[in-house]
Amino acid sequence: MGAIALRNVEKTYGFGPKAVKVIHGVNAQIPDGEFIVIVGPSGCGKSTLLRMVAGLEEITAGEIDIGGRVVNQLEPSERDIAMVFQNYALYPHMTVYDNMAYGLKIAKVPKAEIEVRVQKAAKILELGGLLERTPRQLSGGQRQRVAMGRAIVRQPQVFLFDEPLSNLDAKLRAQTRLEIQKLHAELGVTSLFVTHDQVEAMTLAQRMIVMNGGRIEQIGTPEQVYGKPESIFVAGFIGSPPMNLLKGQADGSRFTIGGQTLHLPAPAPRAGELLLGVRPEHAELSSSGWPMQVDMLEMLGAERLVYGRLGDSAFTLRIEAVLTPPRHGDTVYLHVDAQQMHWYDPATGRRV
Amino acid sequence: MVENRPLANALSHLVLVLGVLLVAFPVYITFIASTQTAEQIVQNVPMSLLPGDNTLQSYKLALLGGQTEYGSKIPPVAPMMMVSMITALTIALGKIAISLLSAFAVVYFRFPGRTLVFWMIFVTLMLPVEVRILPTYKVVSDLGLLNSYAGLTVPLIASATATFLFRQFFLTVPDELVEAARIDGASPMRFFWDVLLPLSRTSIAALFVIQFIYGWNQYLWPLLITTDESMTPVVLGIKKMISGGDAATEWNAVMATAILAMIPPALVVMLMQKWFVKGLVDTEK
Repeated sequence: MGAIALRNVEKTYGFGPKAVKVIHGVNAQIPDGEFIVIVGPSGCGKSTLLRMVAGLEEITAGEIDIGGRVVNQLEPSERDIAMVFQNYALYPHMTVYDNMAYGLKIAKVPKAEIEVRVQKAAKILELGGLLERTPRQLSGGQRQRVAMGRAIVRQPQVFLFDEPLSNLDAKLRAQTRLEIQKLHAELGVTSLFVTHDQVEAMTLAQRMIVMNGGRIEQIGTPEQVYGKPESIFVAGFIGSPPMNLLKGQADGSRFTIGGQTLHLPAPAPRAGELLLGVRPEHAELSSSGWPMQVDMLEMLGAERLVYGRLGDSAFTLRIEAVLTPPRHGDTVYLHVDAQQMHWYDPATGRRV
Repeated sequence: MVENRPLANALSHLVLVLGVLLVAFPVYITFIASTQTAEQIVQNVPMSLLPGDNTLQSYKLALLGGQTEYGSKIPPVAPMMMVSMITALTIALGKIAISLLSAFAVVYFRFPGRTLVFWMIFVTLMLPVEVRILPTYKVVSDLGLLNSYAGLTVPLIASATATFLFRQFFLTVPDELVEAARIDGASPMRFFWDVLLPLSRTSIAALFVIQFIYGWNQYLWPLLITTDESMTPVVLGIKKMISGGDAATEWNAVMATAILAMIPPALVVMLMQKWFVKGLVDTEK
């Protein structure tokens, strides 16, 4: 039903020598009912991709298929989708009820049916008492819910979310995140959610698409993306603080960075120049191991971040706050499990 | 200002009162003159500043016209008021309709020469009516539109100012609104009616006030193209009543006509004041 397929989708702005390519041949298969989050830094093309699915941007090359129908030439209203915008885009002069009913009115849905659908959406979103208000009389969170209500009443095959949480304050954002998750569990509609916030991406996604520079870096479940980043970019983008990346020469079980030789718990996948990635939470303080010079400490409550240097590279370590912290200038020793080492080819940026 | 300084207060009130007097005094004179008889106005020098007892007769004479005892013939003002009203309304509404549509086209549609079209409209802002009045007259007369409502209104309907104003307003409407409407399946004209027009309500009201007064106060253009008495707007009628040469001017009727001519624009401003200020000050988004 609401499956989406992207086949070699490209987007170019402008013509001739001034043309700028922003999406470079994106491929993805999204099965019906899945919640997919597209995440990436600003300017990576994630919003453009979403708008191409919505039909608000033309598709330069390739095909977008929604529910088994190629939609390249279809108007947004004919694609059977609904979209929630970042600034909600509610019609300011219409009541909440009319905002939700507008699309149905245009589609010439009978009045009684509109009433039923709007009331149902209002009930799901707890908007019952607000139907006669105009958007300006609502708080940010309420507007956000109206925007979602407008999407729900259309009963589309696909929901598209364009950073819908970024205008909310932190507390409301966490709450709305849960509501969206609940909503998806209830309605089971295929959803495409664009965000630059990795916490949103990790918590909401069944699978996530990590994008960078108009290309897909990795598609996978949050566990896969976090546990086995396929590229240096993903390794650095997902996780906070980001993964430590050490550049050095590998030779069997020895890894040399800036004159310092580390003994690896397991041999490197190949000899030569490699990047070794270790997440801050996966290195432990130990009585022996890799020596790290401590520069700075940060207290986060339950945890503490230790910033230091390993050879000539910066290294961040996350330890539990109850442990006695090292002091500035100390040398501590780190132990890393063999499974927690990630190897990348510095030339291609891909996982080895 | 929050400070409480009696002297400054008194001074500012004095200035305001003087200003009001300066503006209101001529209107008062006009009104007083319209309540007196023609002889009283001419014979008492200076004219009495107290209301006379000829009010009803003056206004009746002005509105319905007629013969005075000195034999001068006064044309009735009532039909002139009608001409003015129809002209002003047509100009105001026509201007609003045309400028809304052209601003809509310029802002929301991509067509070849869009910028050129906009700049051509914009450039005509620099040409006052008087500059193009002769060629316009030639065109209107060749079309046989002299002494007609079409001749009175059509050349004044095209408006760069209003188009520009609506364009600026449309540019402030967020793009997401258009996109949301597209996803809701609204056609461009549907979007125009259901979203853009309601959002422009206050600007439309403000523009209506300005353009109604503009249309009502037209003098030079009607003077050129109307010769027929039945097509004379009231502003022109006042001038025609002040006869030169030997005939006596019925000043009470002239003044009554002036007061009558002032009423509709004043009413429009007063009734639409709330909207007018809102339209100029805030934008509803």
